[in-house]
Amino acid sequence: MYAFLAWLQTHAEGLPEHRIANIFEPRSTPGDMERHIANLTLGITGIIFVVVGGLIVYTIWRFRRKPGDDSRQEPPQVYGSNQIEIAWTVIPILIVFILIGVSARVIAAIQNASPPHSTLKIRLIGHQWWWEVEYPDFKVKTANEIHVPVNADGHTATYLQLESLDVIHSFWVPQIAGKTDLIPNRVNYMWIDPKEAGIFFGNCAEYCGTQHANMLLRLVVQPQNEFNAWVAQQAQPAEANPVDPGVAQGKNMFESLACVNCHRVQGTTATGVFGPDLTHLMSRQTIGAGVLPMNHQNLRDWVNDPQNAKPGCFMPSMKLTDAELDQVVSYLESLR
Amino acid sequence: MASIDYPLERPDIEDTGWHFAENLYRWIATVDHKKLGLMYIVSALIFLCVAGVMAVVIRLQLAFPNGHVVDPDTYDRLFTMHGTTMVFLVGMPIVAGLSNYLVPLMIGARDMAFPRLNSFGFWIFLFGGLLLYYSYIGGSGLSGAGSAPDVGWFAYAPLTTKSFSRGHSVDYWALGVLVSGFGSIASAINVIATTISLRCPGMTLSKMPMFVWVMLVDAWLILIALPPLSAGQIMLLLDRYLGANFFNTQHGGSAVLWQHIFWIFGHPEVYILIFPAFAILSELVPIFSRKPLFGRPAMVGAVVAIGFISLGVWAHHMFAVGMTSWSNTFFAASSMLVGIPTGIKIFNWTATMYGGRIRLLTPMLFCCAFLLQFLVAGLTGIMLAVAPFDWQLHDSYFVVAHFHFTLAGGLVTALFGGFYYWYPKVAGRMYNETLAKWHFWLFIIGFNLTFIPLHFAGTLGMPRRIYTYAPGRGWEIWNQLASLGALMQAAAVTLFAWNVIYSAIKGEPAGDDPWDAWTLEWGTTSPPPEYNFEKLPVVRSSRPLWDLKHPNDPDWKYE
Amino acid sequence: MAEENVLTAGALTLEQDWKMPDRGTVGIIFLIITETALFSIFVAAYLIYIGKSLVGPYPKDVLELPILATICLLSSSGTIVFAEHALEKGHLGQFKLWWIVTICLGLEFLTATGLEWRKLIVHDHLTISTNLFGTTFYSLVGLHASHVTVGMVFLLLVLAVTLFRFPIETQKRRVKFLSWYWHFVDAVWVVVFTVVYIIGR
Ligand code: HEA
Ligand code: HEA
Ligand code: HEC
Ligand code: CUA
Ligand SMILES: [Cu+2]
Repeated sequence: MYAFLAWLQTHAEGLPEHRIANIFEPRSTPGDMERHIANLTLGITGIIFVVVGGLIVYTIWRFRRKPGDDSRQEPPQVYGSNQIEIAWTVIPILIVFILIGVSARVIAAIQNASPPHSTLKIRLIGHQWWWEVEYPDFKVKTANEIHVPVNADGHTATYLQLESLDVIHSFWVPQIAGKTDLIPNRVNYMWIDPKEAGIFFGNCAEYCGTQHANMLLRLVVQPQNEFNAWVAQQAQPAEANPVDPGVAQGKNMFESLACVNCHRVQGTTATGVFGPDLTHLMSRQTIGAGVLPMNHQNLRDWVNDPQNAKPGCFMPSMKLTDAELDQVVSYLESLR
Repeated sequence: MASIDYPLERPDIEDTGWHFAENLYRWIATVDHKKLGLMYIVSALIFLCVAGVMAVVIRLQLAFPNGHVVDPDTYDRLFTMHGTTMVFLVGMPIVAGLSNYLVPLMIGARDMAFPRLNSFGFWIFLFGGLLLYYSYIGGSGLSGAGSAPDVGWFAYAPLTTKSFSRGHSVDYWALGVLVSGFGSIASAINVIATTISLRCPGMTLSKMPMFVWVMLVDAWLILIALPPLSAGQIMLLLDRYLGANFFNTQHGGSAVLWQHIFWIFGHPEVYILIFPAFAILSELVPIFSRKPLFGRPAMVGAVVAIGFISLGVWAHHMFAVGMTSWSNTFFAASSMLVGIPTGIKIFNWTATMYGGRIRLLTPMLFCCAFLLQFLVAGLTGIMLAVAPFDWQLHDSYFVVAHFHFTLAGGLVTALFGGFYYWYPKVAGRMYNETLAKWHFWLFIIGFNLTFIPLHFAGTLGMPRRIYTYAPGRGWEIWNQLASLGALMQAAAVTLFAWNVIYSAIKGEPAGDDPWDAWTLEWGTTSPPPEYNFEKLPVVRSSRPLWDLKHPNDPDWKYE
Repeated sequence: MAEENVLTAGALTLEQDWKMPDRGTVGIIFLIITETALFSIFVAAYLIYIGKSLVGPYPKDVLELPILATICLLSSSGTIVFAEHALEKGHLGQFKLWWIVTICLGLEFLTATGLEWRKLIVHDHLTISTNLFGTTFYSLVGLHASHVTVGMVFLLLVLAVTLFRFPIETQKRRVKFLSWYWHFVDAVWVVVFTVVYIIGR
């Protein structure tokens, strides 16, 4: 089993990790359009900065009072000039109109794009402080990690339907696209089409309470065939009758604890919806929306006391004995 | 001095105890606009130090990844209280304080239009502020859930509803800010009535000092923009106390409604906050360049234009909530349009300096720093107004950097300049120029060291309001620089505080008109007597003292 | 620097008369402007939430047009003008009469609102927490009613003062401001009435 874990890890590491989420290195069409307009804006404002800033500095330097100056002598009193006023009103108006025009175009291009045919649909639901990810077409539910296929042929966009069950959250994977909020009692949509395989880092970008800082997100972009395999695997229910006696014992323990009130493990009596779906827990790279990397020790620590790693989070410390803990964890580790 | 029965030196008081009580009573019961103005400003400065210390703790926590200076809840309270305090208990009383102290003096009046309303305004403001801070003690309420509010300074629903914020901390936020807002409205009505009705003979609107013009428009903005916030807070309190459903999303309430209401207030609010800086620049730049303000009518037009356009841009804070592409375009456009009148102001200040003889004393140094920093702030504002760019930048540290450039680099920087400029008038004594220069350089370097790097952290995907972050995401270096800068700013502010207190006791006597200035407040004694002017002045131009000092070449010949 | 206290030294004189607007007038006008801003948010919230209630009772089931109350309130705007005119002309008796009529009309309005609320709460089980209609209805109408109440307190104050033979003639300005405020409250009612009882039903 540890061999499998190790394989998983290398598998995960097989994809390049983009920890540094630079908005100027986009890997998706919306992000790319945003970078273009960002560069244009930066260019224009950069020029304005140099010209106006230069003028200010020059004026201060040129007209500063020098030591030898007669302090009683006043400079010529100038009250203003209409021509000049008009000039520096009209020029900025022209610049602003350029920016408005460009913005309008990009806004429309990103927001009003209609979905291409073969579109993957994902329902993303924000919770304090984790992400519920649902693939309605495949009846798959997972958490904190979004898997999407690479957009190789230009036709595989992914549509995200964004919702929230408690407070406002915001979806932001900087290298893929700008953010869109997840708002309770409202449904938002956005689309992405990552063009390169890799793991892209993101965060919840709207303050949503104590653990907003640890509401991290990973977008795993895979080649289509790997993605298909992943989906097929995720659609499997968990083993109903594990053969390994240790795991079977763990399963009984797990099902006898309060875990089942909050967590779902498909194919078992655990049907809770308050916490993340655990059916394929071990296929994820992190625990608790990115606070801990997934490994045996961390998982054990998490189940022992989640408040340690993620103080304030809504999973209580379950106060298990060491033996119970070992059993539960060995069961969890069978949930690939 | 023609007539002075008011001693410049304060008589040495021997038995302080007795006089202390008497003095205290005098201050508490006063309806004098100068005393009230000073009380506003001093409370604002105290709150600035409190909120500044909070900012330093925030910076310490973020200096290194996985920081452990404070725990998550404390951190959330820190930035909420820092933001709320800075905006409502520093920025707002500064507006009231400056206009209270200076407007009557500048328009040649003996007091504000409604002196008692004025004192009511101050005390209710202070009460609101203290109520907010009382939350640290009383906020836990019966359920014992936490103390000070931890919902961010714009307190987005539904995080603020009973289901997600138990205890009473949010109630303190809503009530404290609501109450202090009534104070601001009272003082705004007062400023408007004063400027409209109490100008001294000859001072038509076109001859009114630019400072007064800006504060007049500022008061107008307060009147229009604060009631929406009050309305929102009343709704929030109804939700929390009577179970109303305005923002209760479980009963069909709308989270976005709160955002609209808040930002209908919130955006004009940022202009309310920056206007005192504009007002200060419009006085200081001419005096220190020895030239009249360039393009006065355009400056008035620009400030009025800002006062109206800024009422229609609020949803640029909401580009990410999923509005229609039409609304996004509209609000992007209107936001950028504000840049035009603002640009006019920057250009006119520069033109005022052009051809002048600029005395680079501390007040003017702060003005120069303001011009450059506010230019940066405005241009990053334009970037944010480009909606697609904002989808990336929104709620990231880039926004934090933008608004600290406007507020700390704009407002606070200009305020320091203004404080040094009017210090001799208020205290009757001169501040210490060497200390002030130290303050200037430490603050400006520290400020830029703090907030320039944060732009980069933002473009690297660092969201705001996170109490900690993991290493390896490229954010460390920028945060370390920022934290270093914050410490420098703290040192600078300490120097300022020391200068203010020390010079009040030991400074050189300043005389009535140390800057050879042109507006009426420099025509009375320093500090001004209770009734300001023995005889109401009569003016014929916008630079009355210039006319008097240059009888052969007065301004009114040209106006 | 320049000569000391230039102001006193070189005072100018002004040829023309210098008259400024009355500060009280300015104050009351701007008070009304900010009140308008406050009301407009509540009105906007009402409009936005029309038809968004998840559960009943709905406006069309329970709201009745408060015609009588509306007539009373609107006509009180007229009677207060008559009172003002009487005061202007020095007819104290008439002033008192019209003033009392105004107060009665205002009281009738408040009573009608009270009865309406009683019916809604007791009979229709609509409270502020029932649904969005209740939330917006009670807060908008309540905000207006609280303004009527404040106006009423001042009206009564003036009446009391007059009855105790205080020379109300010296307070013409304040009476005028009070009547402006009262007109404002009436105008708001026109908006509230349209929004709540016509558009919202
Ligand atoms: C004093 C305060 C102040 C001021 C003056 C401004 C000024 C501006 N602000 Fe800023 N802003 C804030 C305080 C301020 N802001 C705060 C506190 C927030 C965050 C609130 C929060 O979320 O907590 C914020 C957030 C904020 C956002 C939302 C960001 C987000 O959360 O996603 C946006 C978006 O459009 C924005 C835009 C602007 C613009 C366009 C201006 C313009 O007015 C700037 C105009 C000035 C210039 C443009 C420079 C000078 C002009 C020229 C030299 C002429 C030539 C220029 C051109 C042709 C372009 N601001
Ligand atoms: C006027 C407005 C204003 C001003 C001046 C400042 C000033 C500063 N701010 Fe603040 N800030 C806000 C308004 C302001 N801020 C707002 C509105 C927010 C958003 C809050 C939210 O998200 O809800 C914010 C948020 C904010 C954050 C983001 C927190 C987060 O998102 O997690 C940070 C982080 O670096 C920060 C830092 C600073 C620093 C270092 C200063 C420095 O410039 C401060 C310098 C001042 C001092 C250091 C005081 C020194 C005093 C002493 C040392 C005491 C001496 C005392 C005596 C002698 C009596 N601020
Ligand atoms: C009161 C509800 C509740 C109970 C009971 C509960 N959990 Fe959780 N659990 C949660 C929530 C909520 C989260 C998400 C926390 C977060 O990330 O902020 C979570 C997260 C987890 C995770 C991490 C999932 C991931 O994808 O990151 C694991 C593993 C887990 N729980 C296991 C357990 C086990 C084992 C038990 C029983 C011993 C248990 N939980 C009991 C609510 C609960
Ligand atoms: Cu979810 Cu921040
Ligand atoms: Cu804004």
